[in-house]
Amino acid sequence: MLFSLFLQDAPINTTNYMIAGYAVIFGVMLIYLISLLVRQRNLQKDLEVLEEIQVEEQ
Amino acid sequence: MESKPRLLTILDIVTVILLLVATYMVFFYAPQEAVMGDVQRVFYFHVAAGWVGMLSFLVAAGVGILYLVKKDRKWDIAGLAAVEIGIVFAFINIVTGSIWARPIWNTWWTWDPRLTTATVMMLIYLAYLMLRQGIEDPDRRARFGAVYAIIGFLSVPLTYFSARIFRTIHPIVIGSGDAGATGSFDMTPLMTQTFMFSLLTFTLIFIDLLWHRIRLGRKADQVEQLRLKTME
Repeated sequence: MLFSLFLQDAPINTTNYMIAGYAVIFGVMLIYLISLLVRQRNLQKDLEVLEEIQVEEQ
Repeated sequence: MESKPRLLTILDIVTVILLLVATYMVFFYAPQEAVMGDVQRVFYFHVAAGWVGMLSFLVAAGVGILYLVKKDRKWDIAGLAAVEIGIVFAFINIVTGSIWARPIWNTWWTWDPRLTTATVMMLIYLAYLMLRQGIEDPDRRARFGAVYAIIGFLSVPLTYFSARIFRTIHPIVIGSGDAGATGSFDMTPLMTQTFMFSLLTFTLIFIDLLWHRIRLGRKADQVEQLRLKTME
């Protein structure tokens, strides 16, 4: 494998690996962004419920 | 609901634009590497993700020290935010490195010093998240988090210098690497520009995400305080 790297004239075809790499980069970043949004929304709901309970108790 | 600061909205927009430009540069501006072909293009975001991972852990250690000195919970919230972001980018760094290694090293994984220390570093911070969850008292949790982040940071310089100290096949593009490294290449000026731009972009992504994550942490803290009050 290493010999073939040095003896070749044209670069080896590694486009699929590049696509896989960038799919991981953008995929993971997107999943993290979605998780931030979902957690933000859930916390907002929790906060509203807890505030209602507090008002009722008072 | 706490309104979003105008500066954060501007930062969001600038970050997205920079990410689009960096992606364009990676695919169309930087030339194809002569030996490795297209997979070398993974290098730009792979290194940038590794940089953000290490920067995050540095920030976590820094705010950990601040928490221990000031005892203000806002530093604990920032520390947790930095660690979480660091884990995401360290994961991206390790997985993209593995994908690059498959055609170049002919293997997905090898227990090379750089790969091993990077994985251990990520696991140390993953343990930070898991252990935090087991501590109920917020102040104790914050104190634990601060001390852990400071001690855990030892793994960061170890990871960075591992490819320079130990015998490794991991290439070092900037500076001189081990003679046994496989997959090294000389950067052309266009490659260097793309690389530097990617580093700048990812630094901005880090700042933007950190700000969002701190806002989320503040809200979580607010909910926790209210919950404790309701239970009393």
